[in-house]
Amino acid sequence: MSGYLAETRVVSRRFVDNLAVDGVSISVSAGEIVGLVGANGAGKTTFIRMLLGLLRPDQGQVMLFGEAPTRTTRRRIGYLPQSLGLYEDLTVRQNLDFTARVFGVEPPLLDGDLASVGDRLVADLPLGLRRRAGFLAALSHGPDLLVLDEPTSGVGPLGRADLWETIHGAADAGAGVLVTTHHMDEAEQCDRLVLLSAGRAVAMGTVEEILAGKVTVEVTPVDTAADLTALESAGFPVLPTGAHLRLPGVSMASVRTIVGDDVGLVESRSSLEEAFMTLARDS
Amino acid sequence: MSFGFDGVTVELGGKTAIEDVDLEVEPGAVTAVIGADGAGKTTTSRTLVGLLSPSQGTVRRPRTDAISYQPEAAGTWRDLTVTENLAFVARAHRLAVGSDRHWELLELTGLGPAADRLAGDLSGGMRQKLAVAMAMLPRPEMTVLDEPTTGLDPMSRAEVWRLLARAAGEGTAVLATTTYLNEAERASHVVVLDNGRVLAAGTAQSIRASFRGSLGVSATRPVSAPAWRRGNVWRVWAPDGPLPSGAQMVAPDLEDVVIAAALARRGAS
Repeated sequence: MSGYLAETRVVSRRFVDNLAVDGVSISVSAGEIVGLVGANGAGKTTFIRMLLGLLRPDQGQVMLFGEAPTRTTRRRIGYLPQSLGLYEDLTVRQNLDFTARVFGVEPPLLDGDLASVGDRLVADLPLGLRRRAGFLAALSHGPDLLVLDEPTSGVGPLGRADLWETIHGAADAGAGVLVTTHHMDEAEQCDRLVLLSAGRAVAMGTVEEILAGKVTVEVTPVDTAADLTALESAGFPVLPTGAHLRLPGVSMASVRTIVGDDVGLVESRSSLEEAFMTLARDS
Repeated sequence: MSFGFDGVTVELGGKTAIEDVDLEVEPGAVTAVIGADGAGKTTTSRTLVGLLSPSQGTVRRPRTDAISYQPEAAGTWRDLTVTENLAFVARAHRLAVGSDRHWELLELTGLGPAADRLAGDLSGGMRQKLAVAMAMLPRPEMTVLDEPTTGLDPMSRAEVWRLLARAAGEGTAVLATTTYLNEAERASHVVVLDNGRVLAAGTAQSIRASFRGSLGVSATRPVSAPAWRRGNVWRVWAPDGPLPSGAQMVAPDLEDVVIAAALARRGAS
């Protein structure tokens, strides 16, 4: 028996000729926020559906609270799907009452912005309030494990900060959290990351661990257009950033052979996004 | 001449979608409009290309046939091939089909090997590059792309921005909307929208420099100052006075600047 709330052991799932998830192993412990980071189509949602027991893996094993997923384990999970999982033709109050009855708990209090919209239909609410209601519904039965599929997609920086405060609050209270995002800059909110590219986990660990040893060469061009063309023609990954060109995961010497001696070159720490590019390319 | 908005307000279904927005979209440059869902990005795009009319203010734009517009997630025909998509745009603009321009764009986007594949079978990144190629094909005076990078992997997003820079390099005035704040660095001019109003505008650098007051890092949430969580620590903002004791001063990043501006606006309203 493992001490993990959730664990997958080399799970894979194929849809016709598309290997959506390819041998991914992860674990989530109590009080921990694990971020599953990847683009649309990287396999995040398929992976989550397997973890919840909604989709059977072709290969590998899913363990929830030390056992295979069942309806009993489902009771201990709070799941917020991308669609938020609310009934649009019910009011906020009715949605939360319904969820509470399913789990056999008291419905939660509506506070803050939600207090004044309890009797409004979900369909009539702005997305921000809908998302709050979805969070409240997912958290209302005090789950041990929270699974959040892109909870902050389309939310502005301030709204994101608020939602992350809720997520951190749940983790601080002892819940394990698995959260997916395609916003690289949210990675810092997670204790550990799993970077997913084309169905495979290309890196795992803390932000520090993933960034260790990853460098990006920053070029200060003399003639931006000419240097950009020369570097791209040579097959380098080039990111124009402000007045510089950034080339993740390449050596200074190899860049020097292309751009000549007049161009300024500095080796700098990669951003997580740049590290992800290098990892996805080399995997 | 530069395109854009002077004090534009647009009402949709009795609600104000965007309010008093100024916007400059200059030939040869890429302007990014950044905002959350519902911030007014699509209204801005549709108004700029002439699909919506402002209730107040002035819209400056080229004549309709000199504008390319790629709406969000809808710019390509999925049951046509890459070549057919480009040919369709060429015909719509009464240009020669399969011209040098066609091959140049296939080369530029790296879509050459996929020329005969259906757009619907392409990856999200490739499909968006096709959408940009379609927008570039007629060498428009202005091109407007609504969320061309949403949901794409970092490499594909970078490639889309590079194509936009290339379009600007051909003299086109380019406007792209995005939800990713960290894409501000890729544009020459940035407008951050919040609830239909401009929260910040300028270059990424000038927006960072516009931060008012001091920003600190604290291990606990301070009671006396506005704060937001960044991982296991808090950012503490002291707009006027000194930082609370125990907070270490840090340089704000774009995310901090925008959060602080949104908090200030929320406080003022």
